[in-house]
Amino acid sequence: MRSPLLRRTRIVFSTFIFICFFLVFVDLKHIIPAEYINILLFLQFIPSVIKFYNLETLAAAGFLVVLVLTLLSGRTYCSLLCPLGIGQDLFSRIGGRFKRKFRRYGFKKPFTILRYSLLAITLIVTLIWGIYMITLLDPYSIFGRFMTYFARPAVIVINNFLAGILGKFDIYTLSNIPVKGFSLVVYSVPVAFFILVGVLSFTKGRLYCNMICPVGTLLGLLSKISLLRIKFDEKACTRCGRCSLGCKSSCIDFLKHDVDVTRCVDCFNCINTCQDKALSYGIVKLKKKVHETDESKRKVIAGSFLLLFGLSRVSNGQQKTAPIPKKDSTVKENKTYPVCPPGGVAIEDFNKDCTACSLCISACPNGVLHPAFTQYGIAGIMQPVMDYHKSFCTYNCTICTEICPTNALRPLVLEAKKLTQLGKTIFIKDNCIVKTEKTACGACSESCPTKAVHMIPYEGNLVIPEVTDDICIGCGHCEYACPTIPYKAIFVNGNAVHVAAKKPLNVESDIKTPVEFPF
Amino acid sequence: MKRRDFLKSSVGAGMAAGAALSLGGYEKLWTSTSSTAKYDMVAVMGGNPDAMFDLGIQEMGGMSTFVQKGQKVLIKPNIGWDVIPELAANTNPLLVKRIIEHCFKAGAKEVYVFDHTCDNWVNCYKNSGIEKVAKSVGAKVVPGNSESYYQQIEIPGGIKLQSAKVHQLLLETDVFINVPVLKDHNSTRMTCCLKNTMGLVWDRGYWHSNNLNQCIADYALYEKKPALNVIDCYNVMVKHGPQGVSKEDIVSMKSQILTTDWVAGDAASAKMLGVAIEKIEYIPIAHKMGLGNMNLDSLNIKRIKM
Repeated sequence: MRSPLLRRTRIVFSTFIFICFFLVFVDLKHIIPAEYINILLFLQFIPSVIKFYNLETLAAAGFLVVLVLTLLSGRTYCSLLCPLGIGQDLFSRIGGRFKRKFRRYGFKKPFTILRYSLLAITLIVTLIWGIYMITLLDPYSIFGRFMTYFARPAVIVINNFLAGILGKFDIYTLSNIPVKGFSLVVYSVPVAFFILVGVLSFTKGRLYCNMICPVGTLLGLLSKISLLRIKFDEKACTRCGRCSLGCKSSCIDFLKHDVDVTRCVDCFNCINTCQDKALSYGIVKLKKKVHETDESKRKVIAGSFLLLFGLSRVSNGQQKTAPIPKKDSTVKENKTYPVCPPGGVAIEDFNKDCTACSLCISACPNGVLHPAFTQYGIAGIMQPVMDYHKSFCTYNCTICTEICPTNALRPLVLEAKKLTQLGKTIFIKDNCIVKTEKTACGACSESCPTKAVHMIPYEGNLVIPEVTDDICIGCGHCEYACPTIPYKAIFVNGNAVHVAAKKPLNVESDIKTPVEFPF
Repeated sequence: MKRRDFLKSSVGAGMAAGAALSLGGYEKLWTSTSSTAKYDMVAVMGGNPDAMFDLGIQEMGGMSTFVQKGQKVLIKPNIGWDVIPELAANTNPLLVKRIIEHCFKAGAKEVYVFDHTCDNWVNCYKNSGIEKVAKSVGAKVVPGNSESYYQQIEIPGGIKLQSAKVHQLLLETDVFINVPVLKDHNSTRMTCCLKNTMGLVWDRGYWHSNNLNQCIADYALYEKKPALNVIDCYNVMVKHGPQGVSKEDIVSMKSQILTTDWVAGDAASAKMLGVAIEKIEYIPIAHKMGLGNMNLDSLNIKRIKM
């Protein structure tokens, strides 16, 4: 195939995918249904692997589709489906306007040792210690963080500006959204990666994908045996070098008529660049030489899959102590555990599966999910944690559990969520307004959806809160509403493992329907 | 047209402000507006929320007693909770709808509806059913979820609450109609007319931590007072208020109270709920501050059964 349509199709399709991802993360009004989001997430490689590993159902087997796609067509995933990859293409394009195109790329040797080491390290660390490397390097999660920490706030600022103008004209279709910042430290990781990925793609095209990204490296290995690939018509080629200079993966050695398939992302730019019509996309008979190098590397592929699926089971069997979060000494509300979002079930399991893509943080309509700093221990940095000083978990909502791409947050139906206890509420009487000021308050009990927090008689006409543990679901509305500063008089201490709460009992009142006005 | 509107509204505002300042005492200002209403209070029982309002407002002298042609009206229901209408944690949507219709019939230029909700505001507006019905009859439903909508005001004479940030709509509209739903309240025992004002302000936490009952009464000093209070007692949450847990908390009372005196409205509501007026601390405080009359015997009350 040599049609210019190949490149055009790639651009149109990838733009569509990118816009979809962008909209999912900046959906300020939360109007995109979870089912659509899940369709989009289905083919994201690493989230799908983790989800499949947890659920073992074909419904989560998007990564298998990606693998088959790679075997057939090479690294098309990187060009068509990876939002981070598509974003980099966008950056390269902008970069091209600043730097003369013909000087930018050109064939370069691969960073073989670096990329395979990173892949190996990622695999080993993941299997033995946990998800940290994947959290850092999963391209989808990196993209998710860019969106959550940079794009979304930017869109909110624009939204608020427009809402302000429209408000002046008495139009309220857009509403002002209070900007809730996260703690500054958690920005360090996305900022560092934004600079790294941004600079590399701006100046060197797909260098990040071909040097650092473990998914890119893995799919590159698989591409060695892919069916379709870019091939040279050696007779037609005049060795002009245009293809090589226009290749953002820097993988075309035009002198040797060789395309490094481990780095080629099938962008099809070269086909359009070639004036001699010497490049095309099709089935290639493997040269003998390629075969020789293949053997060893195929073992790596096989090995890595073995590692991926086999060893992780071994490591899963090891008994690990629950990560005990460092207690923040400045917080007097002594939490032994942070509050893990609904569907997380057990903090330990949740920490193993979450890649901190931050989609749930973007999707939460109440803004209660915040990226953790040290709440889960250093391993859980940027994973979502409930921050009840900033907001609370709204009673009639399960969105975070519905959209989690890795199944770290497992789907909960609303009735089940309403009976899932994320933590236990602890009342600190000595902080309470009713005791300290001797005046009425009741903000906590007022906001409690189950009336686990209720008021009991205190001095005089006053009433003071009391907590019934077994019907409390740990939603944190009481903690959020409590007006005492700096320490709250009521707070939720996370459950290491979520438990089922009892349904609140209720009986009819003996107040009867009046027949006469009582005044 | 614009200039005329501007002159009208500024003259109106000037007069109101001037009256408030020169007369000093709130009661005098009150009598000046309520003199046109036929009764201090109209209580209706036995119908649907909209039918009861039709009757009640007629007895009060019609909506045109309170809303003049070309005026902007703010209707402040209770939309505090993400709860369906049947559970009565929010004002009945049928009632809100009918009040809006009467305002437009009286010649209102714009009718606005908003609340500073406790639960997620989008869900509250939606699940209370109020956003839908209000929009369907042409009212503007305005968000109250961000501090940027609120403006600083002073409350001279407030004992605990001397200033607050109120929603800009309260300042920009000509007529304020308070439409609370009567409910039990875990801490103040009852929420109704006066306590409904907590949804007008941004920082409720300040009230809670600075003598809640006194703050509720203090706020009633603020010059922008409701021209009319319509109390929804159709379904009344008699326990587990103000949010409620389930339908067992609700007693059908099929009643409605319309009054120009919100302290009297709260006193009557307390009786409906079966709680002694003195137990609801902010009522006697507000009464003593001269913000209204809790002695129902001395009021001209019309009682209607449908």
